[in-house]
Amino acid sequence: MNIKKHIAIIAGGALFGFGLAYSGAAVPEIVLSFLRLEDFGLVLVIGAALVVTLVTYQLTPKLIPKPILNGTFTTPSRLPISKWNVIGAVVFGAGWGISGICPGTSFAAIGMGNWPILIGIAGMFIGAYVYGTLRNKGLTGIE
Amino acid sequence: MESLFPLGIGQYLIGGLLVGLGISFVYIMTGLVSGVSTTFTSTWSFLSRDTTSFFRREKFLNSRTWRLSLVVGLMLGGLMYLIFINGGEATISSLSMTRLFFGGILVGIGTRMAAGCPSGHGICGNAMLEKSSIISTITFLSVGIVVALLTQSIL
Repeated sequence: MNIKKHIAIIAGGALFGFGLAYSGAAVPEIVLSFLRLEDFGLVLVIGAALVVTLVTYQLTPKLIPKPILNGTFTTPSRLPISKWNVIGAVVFGAGWGISGICPGTSFAAIGMGNWPILIGIAGMFIGAYVYGTLRNKGLTGIE
Repeated sequence: MESLFPLGIGQYLIGGLLVGLGISFVYIMTGLVSGVSTTFTSTWSFLSRDTTSFFRREKFLNSRTWRLSLVVGLMLGGLMYLIFINGGEATISSLSMTRLFFGGILVGIGTRMAAGCPSGHGICGNAMLEKSSIISTITFLSVGIVVALLTQSIL
């Protein structure tokens, strides 16, 4: 992949991360206040982000033939619903409910100087390693 | 409204719009979808030599470098907030290390098992109108609420 694409991804990722920080979604205490049904702000964050992304994903491939820096537009995979979508989401939901952290927000949190989140990121890498090891030992799954 | 949104709605709506614009920018420029949790699997491929390993599947090898760029961008965005909005003052959580560590492990296992997290399923997958993303999102929101309420009453 050429350097221009990496720069575009870093720039888009920075806007993504700044938005997570500005919205409060990158602060685990604010996520937990939503999950405890004390402040419904996170619904607005996900809702606003989803509406913008929905318009982009649905319209862009109809308006331009290929991405500005070349390549192809990722299209929906339309994978059938798997039991792992539910089981994995239950396990993730449990971790999310305990800690208030998720992958995207954790990296934005590091930028905000929230160093204790590094422990959570270490946990995520360990969790992904455990899952990959289970797959190597024969567990079935989506990917 | 006040009871539903004690901190107001401005920061949530503006922040959410910016998140959507960032994800949109990546898609319009490169065609790539900004799910974050795959990074945790694809990055392990740098350390895995066994060509038959799950970590070295083609989709992880092919995406591992740009996924790290996305993570660099996310951290940079947080840093811009720290410098330009928060006057250099770090936002530091007071949650216990135990909760962050064990919560993180469950997040790592669960997001990889479900092949997506709030960015991959919750925003990008739902925006692709993927049924599997809609199911995953409803599930993790429900379980997250139940577990957070239980955790609050126990801890």
